[in-house]
This record gives sequence, structure tokens and C-alpha cells, in this order.
Amino acid sequence: MRPVSVLALAGAAAVSMSLLAACGGDGEADAAGGIAVTATDDSCEVAKTELTAGKTTFKVSNKGSKVNEFEVLKPDGKILAERENIGPGTSVDFVVNLPAGQYKVLCSAGQTGKGPSQNVTVSGKAAGGDQRLAQATADYKTYVIGKLDDTIGKTRKFVDAVKADDVAKAKELYAPSRVGWETIEPVAEKFGDIDPKVDAREADLKPEEKKDWSGWHLLEKALWEDGSVKGKEKYGDRLLKDLETLKSRLPGLTLDPVNDMAGGAKELLDEVATGKVTGEEEAFSHTDLVDFKANVDGAKKIYDLLKPVVQERDAQLAKDLDDNFAGVESLLKKHEKGDGYVSYDKVGKGDRKDLADAVNALGEPLSKLAEVVAK
Amino acid sequence: MTGEQAEARPGMSRRRMLGFSGASLLVGAAAGAGLDRVASADEDGAAGAAIAFRGAHQAGIATPVQDRLHFAAFDVTTDDRDRLVRMLKEWTDAAAAMTAGRPVGNGAAAGSPVAPPDDTGEAVGLPPSRLTLTIGFGPSLFEKDGEDRFGLRARRPAALVDLPHFPGDDLDPDRGGGDIAVQACADDPQVAVHAIRNLARIGFGVVAVRWSQLGFGKTSSTTPDAQTPRNLFGFKDGTDNLGESDKALLDEHVWAGKGDGWMAGGSYLVARRIRMHIETWDRTSLREQEDIFGRGKGEGAPVGREKERDKPVLARMKPDAHVRLAHPDSNHGARILRRGYSFTDGSDGLGRLEAGLFFIAFQSDPRKGFIPVQQSLATDALNEYIQHVGSGIYACPPGVREGGHWGDGLFA
Repeated sequence: MRPVSVLALAGAAAVSMSLLAACGGDGEADAAGGIAVTATDDSCEVAKTELTAGKTTFKVSNKGSKVNEFEVLKPDGKILAERENIGPGTSVDFVVNLPAGQYKVLCSAGQTGKGPSQNVTVSGKAAGGDQRLAQATADYKTYVIGKLDDTIGKTRKFVDAVKADDVAKAKELYAPSRVGWETIEPVAEKFGDIDPKVDAREADLKPEEKKDWSGWHLLEKALWEDGSVKGKEKYGDRLLKDLETLKSRLPGLTLDPVNDMAGGAKELLDEVATGKVTGEEEAFSHTDLVDFKANVDGAKKIYDLLKPVVQERDAQLAKDLDDNFAGVESLLKKHEKGDGYVSYDKVGKGDRKDLADAVNALGEPLSKLAEVVAK
Repeated sequence: MTGEQAEARPGMSRRRMLGFSGASLLVGAAAGAGLDRVASADEDGAAGAAIAFRGAHQAGIATPVQDRLHFAAFDVTTDDRDRLVRMLKEWTDAAAAMTAGRPVGNGAAAGSPVAPPDDTGEAVGLPPSRLTLTIGFGPSLFEKDGEDRFGLRARRPAALVDLPHFPGDDLDPDRGGGDIAVQACADDPQVAVHAIRNLARIGFGVVAVRWSQLGFGKTSSTTPDAQTPRNLFGFKDGTDNLGESDKALLDEHVWAGKGDGWMAGGSYLVARRIRMHIETWDRTSLREQEDIFGRGKGEGAPVGREKERDKPVLARMKPDAHVRLAHPDSNHGARILRRGYSFTDGSDGLGRLEAGLFFIAFQSDPRKGFIPVQQSLATDALNEYIQHVGSGIYACPPGVREGGHWGDGLFA
């Protein structure tokens, strides 16, 4: 991961576990083109409080002086959906799939999670949506849980080696332990408090955050830079514990095909383009190509699950995605070595350019996937 | 370029353009009036105006030179000919929109909220800024490593030669060549960069940027009575350039002739990245500087004459003076249309300016234009202060007709 401020996130409350509640609900388009919400530093005005179930666009305008956050809360107070970082004087369109029920919409000036709110009633039944998307989403969740189990199992072996101070063995097990995580990284990143604890890179930390640094990359640095993990046992235990916490939260997670799947696939390629192609992610171990492959695999899985729908709605996009996934995969094959990949510091400028070109070639059509899935 | 219609639809442009109706007039009536001066006097008029994208010839060649350049060379990364042609059509639509001051596709802030916008948005609110986009095809598009590409080998024009090695060349392959080149020129750098960025984005998966170059100051004029801009050595060079009003000379020296097949009405572009050794030049005496160029530094007059545009007397210059060696009279009448830009890419790590001239020349046949002239320059006194470090040659097809697209003649 390459967040701007990593540990700052850890202080935030557990991030919303569901963005869009229903799967592919294709409800009636709002005739008026959206529900106007006017937020100020101390008010939150919604133009309409009787809404029809289905896909709803809130047009949120921040007329106040502070950065605002817009939330839709369920009767139990849990967040159904939220949109952060709405700057003063700006407005955003925020699409939420609303099942029938009572909700509270809340504007939080200063993004504290608190602020003025208004009740809204949603009635009717959201259109059934595409059953294939509902199935794809359910299948994807199964995949996510399986990959997290994989990562936990391999991390346990990695941590055992760390605790035995077996540097050679730990180095061997480091990259494989991250594969599962890297395939589902955008979902894992939804838990803003866990992600920085397990996957923060030293170069992304603020000076005052360095003392709280933990996770894979701390152990990576110890293994490759210091050549010793003596005294680092506690970081191994903590890594495992954090991953277990993540696992305990997954069952309650609601995923949606537009933001979490199509959007997640795009984010996985962004990860490759900004962190892996440059060799920044694994600055010490140079195992970037292992992460690279895992990110691409995670995006490919999402595309494969969504493909029947994409094929039907935009056959040209499906062909472009097929071609470009194949392009990246065949290029990666060139760098295979044993069970893994060559060390990225041995990959020359020309080969890196080819990889970057292939990632751009795939990333561009992938960025169009969400729109097709949302149709 | 007479008789063209400006593409812009004022109602849809990035902003309301005052004096827009004058655009086609300015383009059509050509440059005798000295567009440069008009431009600075009336920003909303000439400087902001749109240059017609379609016509007999591509814009950006004889068009009065704009202030800024972003030149990009692309490698084609697909083997799929149809995919390449599809992209060239998408590029054509985007180029027609951007040169008219309109955004790409459905714009920067419309469209689906879950999709990235069609246009990247940084030119929203800016006038067309006389943007021109000129495409050219490099030798490697037709054949590479002895292999035919896209079935085009037989359509490679004879004039699209591989440039020979010239004495003193130190060419960086990462700063030269390329299957397709696009020259973006505009009076606003943001408009030129926006154009290349959006074309690169549309092209992902079909083409990849091989190299690109920004130019910040024009070094030549194609408007005969405008002042010749100075290069980074402080000299006016290329005073006797071909201009838009020289119809007969353009037909003879710049536009490819009827016998040149799909290239008829097109032109051949030679680009050279010429690094200038700024620091050593600046330590050179005025007399030596003037001797090297064969011109005075102040007015820019040829040796022994008074005004910049007085006819040079070559025999009065030193035998190795730049003007003397480059002059048509020393090259059997060879003439080229120069359209180069100064560049400064920061510093080179040794504290020296990474600066020079991004030389661009158009001609009807490089074998009778750039190549003999450059061979004459082998003994140029200026060579002590410059080095050619990047190179490209591209066949720029004729202009796009109504309903046509970039490359339609080549891929017909």
C-alpha cells in the first residue's frame, strides 16, 4: 500500500463496512437527477425526505467553511454509506443503493462522525437487479475469505521462522505470505485501522509515526537490511493478530459489484502502476513481482466473475480486457524463476518499461469496468 | 489552407471566444498580417482562436508558429491492424475536438459518476490557443528488424529513409525514433500538454509513449515579416524560412508531390534534439560568436549587412560559418521549413543547463532537404557548442478530409 498518511488512519473509527447495501440494485433513476443535500458547518438540509427504494444519487453541496462528510445511517446507527472529504464550496454526486426502511442522513463538518442529521423514509422495493451480479458478489466474498485464510496460514509459517531467528527460512517465506493479502488488498484496505498496521512502508511514515511502525515491511527491512530478526518476535505475533482481527470482521462485510469489485480491480492495477512497477513496495526484498502477480490475479478474478455481464453489455470492453490481461500475464512469465520471480532489482530499464506499458494498457480499460457494471 | 472551415462550435467550446468568427478568416487569409503581433495585442482573438483541423494539408506545418510545443513519439504495442486503425479514428475525433477548444468525449465533469471522465480536464476554461496536432509515421511502423508490419512495408514511401549517421551524432535511442509521432503546438503550454496526455490515454493498449519533448520558445517564424525569435545562443537563426504565404515554394519544397502516392500533400518531418553547451558558449567572445553564426548578434544582420532580412553575402562569411553552410546557395537550392523550439529540461546533474534546440524541419523529400544540408554542416563552426542527441523522421500524411481520419490513406 502507498497511503499518504498511514497511521493517521488507524485513529479513525472502523471504516464503513458496506458501501452499497444491495447487490446491483438497479432501482429507478431519480427523475430530478438527484436529491439535493446542502451542508453547512451546523446544518444538513435534504431536499426530499420521502424516497423510493433503489439507486439514489445525493447531490451534496458543502456551503460551510469546513471539510464535510456525508453519511447515510441505518436505524441501528451503523453506517450504510459515506462520502468523505467534501471540501468547502464543492459539491459531489454520491450514489447509494437504498433498500426500503428508515434512515438518518448526517453531515459532519470537520469529519468527526458527528453532526446535524435528518430522517428519511425509503419505501417501495428496489428493482431486483441482475442476479448474476448478486452471484458474482457472493462468489467474490468467498474468494476474499479464502485468500485471507491463505495469507494467515502462510504468515503463521513465516512468523514461526522469524521467531526461530531463521533468517534464510523467513526470507523464503516472506513473499508467499503476502500473496493472499495482495490479491484482495482493496477489500483489506476498507478496514482503515488494520491496513496500516500490517502493510505500511517505512518511506510513507511521518517522523512521529515511526515509533509505532509494524507489519510485514518492518520484518522485511530487518531480514534484508539488518540480516537479523532478533527482538522482532513481537512484531510477528502482532501481524498475525491483526490479520486474525481482519478475518473476524469479514463475515459482516457487504460488498457491492460496482465499488468493491470493479472499483477494487482498478485499484489493484493502480497499486501495480504506482508501487510495483517502480520497485517501491518491496524496497529491501525486491520481491515486487510476486506482489505484482498477486495484484493482477486479484483483478483478474474480479473480472472473471463479472465477465458474463460485461460480455453482454460491452463486448468490445470484454475483448480489450481479455487481450490486455493476457498481455500482462505473458510478460510476467518472462520473469518467472522457480516458484516465484526474479528479484526486481535485476529487471532492467527496458523490461520495466515493457511492464509499465502493459500495466497502462490493462489499467485504462479496467477503469471503464465500473460504469458497465453499474448500468 | 484556404477554404477551410473552422471546426469549433462556439456554443460548445471550453469558453466563449471573443472574436471567434475571425478564426477561419485568419487561417484562410494567411499570415501576411503578422499573427504574432495580433496575438499579443488581442489575447481573446487571435491567440485564443482555433486553427482548422481538416484541410488539404495538416495544420501545424505552414501554420504560423505557436509559442509552445509538446512533441511525443509512440511505439505501437499491438499486432492488431484493426485495433490500430480504431485508435487512429478515436485520435482523430479527439484531435478535432481539442483543436476546436472542445473537450474529449463527453467532457471532464459529465458522464457516469462511477467512470473516469473522458477528458482529463486541465484545459477546461482555456481558449483553443491555436492548438494544432500533426501526426507522422516513422519507418519502424512499416517494417522493423526486417519484418513487415501491418502489411505496410510496400507502402513505405521512398522518401521516408532511415537517416544516415552524421558526424558528431551521439544519439540516445530512448530519445529518438518511434512508430508514430504527434506534434502538438499551442500558444498555451497547458493546452499542448493536455492534448498529448489525452491522446496517450486513448492510446493505452495500442501505443505507448516512447519519448516526448516540451519546447518552451519558438525559434523560427513562418510569417515572413515577423521578427525571427532568438535561440538559446541569443541569435536569430533561420531568418530566411519558408512561410505560409509562399505557396509556390511550399509546393516545391515542403508538400510531397502528386507522385508520392498516399503521401501527396503531406510532408516529411525531421526532428533532432540538439543539446547546446550553454556554459562554454557564454564564455565565447562576441566576435567569435558572430563569426560562428555569420550574423551580428544585435540586429541579426548577415555579416557586412545592416538589417536582419538583407540578403546574405556568403563569400564575406568565414568558410565554416553556420549561415553560410546552411544556406540554400551552398546546398544546390535545398530548402526546408523550420519549426523548432528551445527546450530546457532543468539541469544535467553536473550543474549545467540541460538545454538546447528541439529542431523540427518539414520538407517534400528529406533526401533533398535535411540530409544534404546536415551533411554540409559537418564542418560548421557551431559544432563545437552543440551535439545532436536525439533524432526522428516521420511521414506526415496530407490533411484529414471531412469524414476521414488520420492514416486513412495509408491504411486504405
